[in-house]
Amino acid sequence: MSPPTWQPSASLANLRRRAQILAQIRAYFAAQGMLEVETPQLCPTTVSDPHLNSIAVAGYGYLQTSPEYAMKRLLAAGSGSIWQIAHVFRADEVGRRHNPEFTLLEWYRVGFTPDQLIDDVAALARLALGQLGCVRHRYRDLFRTHLDLDPLTCSGDALRRAARQHLDPAFDDADRDTWLELLMCQVIEPQLGRDELSFVVDYPPSQAALARLRADDDGQPVAARFELYHRGVELANGYHELLDAGEQRARFAADLRAREMLGLPAGALDEAFLAALESGLPDCSGVALGLDRLIMLAVGADTLHEVMAFPLCRP
Amino acid sequence: MATYSTNEFKSGLKVMLEGDPCTILENEFVKPGKGQAFNRVKLRNLKTNRVWEKTFKSGDSLDAADVMDRDMQYLYNDGEFFHFMEPENFEQHQASATTVGDAALWLKEQDTCTVTLYNGEPLAVSPPNFVELEVSETEPGIRGDTATGGTKPARLSTGATVKVPLFVNEGEIIKCDTRSGEYVSRVKS
Repeated sequence: MSPPTWQPSASLANLRRRAQILAQIRAYFAAQGMLEVETPQLCPTTVSDPHLNSIAVAGYGYLQTSPEYAMKRLLAAGSGSIWQIAHVFRADEVGRRHNPEFTLLEWYRVGFTPDQLIDDVAALARLALGQLGCVRHRYRDLFRTHLDLDPLTCSGDALRRAARQHLDPAFDDADRDTWLELLMCQVIEPQLGRDELSFVVDYPPSQAALARLRADDDGQPVAARFELYHRGVELANGYHELLDAGEQRARFAADLRAREMLGLPAGALDEAFLAALESGLPDCSGVALGLDRLIMLAVGADTLHEVMAFPLCRP
Repeated sequence: MATYSTNEFKSGLKVMLEGDPCTILENEFVKPGKGQAFNRVKLRNLKTNRVWEKTFKSGDSLDAADVMDRDMQYLYNDGEFFHFMEPENFEQHQASATTVGDAALWLKEQDTCTVTLYNGEPLAVSPPNFVELEVSETEPGIRGDTATGGTKPARLSTGATVKVPLFVNEGEIIKCDTRSGEYVSRVKS
């Protein structure tokens, strides 16, 4: 057996830059009088998203995949705008751009529209990435430009054909959202944000997650959700937060059905979060930004292990 | 039959895809934050040598291919088949010229090479990384010329042609790297 590698996988220069960016972020939020919070990494329940797998801790619950529910309980309790640097955990995610444990920068601005939050995210990203320009694309327009398809109205079969034309999928049976996600992450994403910060807005309603729905300029229902990309890397995901507890409960129920169809374990819902929504969440927009990825791009690295001292696995 | 899930895919793993045995070259995990996870996998089809780039849904699996690499001694070529022997059990295998391919240019009797077996039959043959072979044909050497750095073609006893320094003579033994097809050094006899 070879001796264990004890040295960090990131250079000390990159770790120093990492510390510098963390200090800049703290100064940015402090200057705006935002409250820094800490919420638990270990909770009795976890998310129901069909595509997020939590790590269970026997006897206690789950390592959290994001601090979202706990932060929303603070918002409902009247915290006002809050931010947090949180270590989060996602099972089965290992790759150049994934580590099962990673760092999210998550923040919520009370009274902000998604447009205002996008400006805020751009300002924060510029702390690390420099003075970059900023563009916004509607999800729908990206599919029209790159694939000549309307992702909101076209058939699942049209998406399947487009996937076969541009890629070589080893599967044929998939739902609409799987084809959309495949085309988005393999055909469109690599083109996004080459020299600028690229925000994608107005997601399909089926991919709303915890964002509220609204009608877009053409009257089509869309999710009030945005994502930030730079140099083809997905950096942040934001919502005009859903406030309706009944709608939230219905989305959770749909998640649990989807998990059952996929043969995945489905645990209990976070009733404390739902109760907080019922008591009333202030109108707010929130975003989660992958801090390791931001630092990776800031130092010009290609893999997360170049900016994390001790990643769980080096692919 | 064993199966492998995408999270077990790693370089060198042998799997069946569309009825053909393949070896995995690269496996990249990609996932939109909120969406379905995928694996972009590069595989070499071991029958055709073609490289495929396939996208799998993470968690999908493939059957293992009954493919194994064995060190074998090359015995002889009977004009139609190349014959190899496993040194541990003396079991012999024969492979066609198509299966052996370009490896034939480097195969010297008694040398140990790697034979890839698929369902027990030879599928491919790889010569050793380094071989020592006799120069059977080349222009006469220029004695003492070890400095000018010129080269000339030399044909080796097994059929390969390599560029050698001007001082190398017919009948001498040279060491070659079969991966690059390049001359490495003269072998003192």
